[in-house]
Amino acid sequence: MALATALIEAPALATAPMSYWRTVGWRLARDRATLIAGGVLAVIVLSAVLAPWLAPYDPAAGSIRLRLAPVGAPGHVLGTDEQGRDMLSRLLWGGRMTLVAGLTPVLVAFVLGTALGVMAGYVGGLTNMLIMRTMDIFYAFPAVLLAIAISGALGPGLPNTLISLSIVFVPRVVRVAESATVQVKGLEYIAAARASGAGVRAIVRHHLLANVLGPILVSSSTQFSLAIILAAGLSFLGLGVTPPAAEWGLMLNTLRQSIYVNALVPALPGLAIFVTSMAFNLLSDGLRDAMEIRG
Amino acid sequence: MWVYVGRRLLLAIPTLLGASVIVFAMVHLAPGDPIAAVMPAEASKAEIEATKRAYGFDKPLPVQYLVWLGRVAQGDLGKSLATRRPVILDVRDALANSLVLALASSLVAFGLGVALGLVAAFRQGRVLDKLASGIAVVGVSVPHYWAGIILIIVFSVQLNWLPAMGAANDPGVWEYLRHMILPTVALSLIPLGVITRVVRSAALDILNQEFVLALRAKGLVSRRVFTHVVKNSLPQILTVLGLQFGFQLGGSVLVEAVFSWPGTGYLLNLAIFQRDIPVLQGVILVLATFFVLLNLAVDLLQTVIDPRIARH
Repeated sequence: MALATALIEAPALATAPMSYWRTVGWRLARDRATLIAGGVLAVIVLSAVLAPWLAPYDPAAGSIRLRLAPVGAPGHVLGTDEQGRDMLSRLLWGGRMTLVAGLTPVLVAFVLGTALGVMAGYVGGLTNMLIMRTMDIFYAFPAVLLAIAISGALGPGLPNTLISLSIVFVPRVVRVAESATVQVKGLEYIAAARASGAGVRAIVRHHLLANVLGPILVSSSTQFSLAIILAAGLSFLGLGVTPPAAEWGLMLNTLRQSIYVNALVPALPGLAIFVTSMAFNLLSDGLRDAMEIRG
Repeated sequence: MWVYVGRRLLLAIPTLLGASVIVFAMVHLAPGDPIAAVMPAEASKAEIEATKRAYGFDKPLPVQYLVWLGRVAQGDLGKSLATRRPVILDVRDALANSLVLALASSLVAFGLGVALGLVAAFRQGRVLDKLASGIAVVGVSVPHYWAGIILIIVFSVQLNWLPAMGAANDPGVWEYLRHMILPTVALSLIPLGVITRVVRSAALDILNQEFVLALRAKGLVSRRVFTHVVKNSLPQILTVLGLQFGFQLGGSVLVEAVFSWPGTGYLLNLAIFQRDIPVLQGVILVLATFFVLLNLAVDLLQTVIDPRIARH
């Protein structure tokens, strides 16, 4: 079996051995689902960034006479909400808020979690025990419950949402970072670097981080979709972004009462959350396969 | 093995204590005075002080924590600030309703998820695999609160087949079940996705091992190969089932809010908006304890199935 694989791959090797990142790029370029997900995500992010220029109306300005216009109404392609505000404009602006509320905690968790996890893994001993046991405590709560409980205690508002979601995601990154660090630390080339006189800073910077960042990055990217769902979920409960701001979860909540009048318009903000979260999931799946990272 | 069991039991204690510190601290992180929220605006300073003393809010925080922990250990979660009822009673009723929902949705998700995951693994790369994997990605990506609203729109508003919210007022079994259907479906989507994915990858891992090749080489029929694969991926499957059940119980807040299902999530939501701190603490603490014990049970069950885990 090994011989057969070697024979098949031999010609490729003979011409030019591909570097790791070129291989990853080559695999991604052939993965249609991942490419489509990436494209969809690019459109969502761009339209959120460009919302001030793309939105046809002021997202906060409504008109009582135009409440709950159906999808396709003249002047309002996606209809209007319960206060007569243009849905397309609000969805564009809402995406900004949802993306900020969902993505920031994962980025914070990536930085903080990597630092804590690498420290725990590299130093070991008492430091490891203190950090890892503290993280274990946060694992005593299901993610949704922890996010809602902290947000509930802190009160509504975007800053509190960011804090509570960061607390949810840091322990997850720490666990991955710690186990990757412990694994790499035991490899021979680290011992060789140490034997040749490299200091702790040099080893961590040049030898350790280079090899643990990949798996940590990929596992963090799998959290984006959950983070988006949770961020919008907190606003849906009234614990996140506060009205009159546009945010997908919040829009879903305020439009909920209107499903008896107009069934399609209230479903739109949730559809936006769903598509975004699915695109993130497909993209991180593809990335993980292309980078051959397990877990 | 008993050493391992003992160590695992001991490790659960600091986790539980830590969780109790978080639950206690959470509430005191909150801005605003919990007493101010329940006292009428015209209450005098002396009245407020008296109420604070009655609830023990006047003592230093570490003392409050120990007093609280001591009472909690005896099963006393205090009294609701809003209804004056013992918290333990409210939590117990809500927990029963949540458990029913969690069990039903777990059953749906476990059955479908394990079946889809195995089908996908044994038909890797074929149409059935793509279909099952597609369902799984949708399951883990869909915001379940939105799925709940869509279900209400379709089955309650448009078709008028099923009730949109609440639990049945009259205790007929059929009515109760009818109210359960939509929340159960909404709640089973995420675990369905997660379980399908985990079962698929666990079964694939085993399928790619040499002993499966050996089994096939010696001419074992595929049905028997299937049994071997399932048996060997069981520890991983069990872990995910246990975890998902715990998530169902703690994660149903959003779905319970959508359907006004009178469970722990609904109670928690209510407590947050009434700033009813004893109820808030009680619900979270009970759910966290349940979750930790469930994880413990899953770990121990795993070592029974696969003794190698205990030996490390």
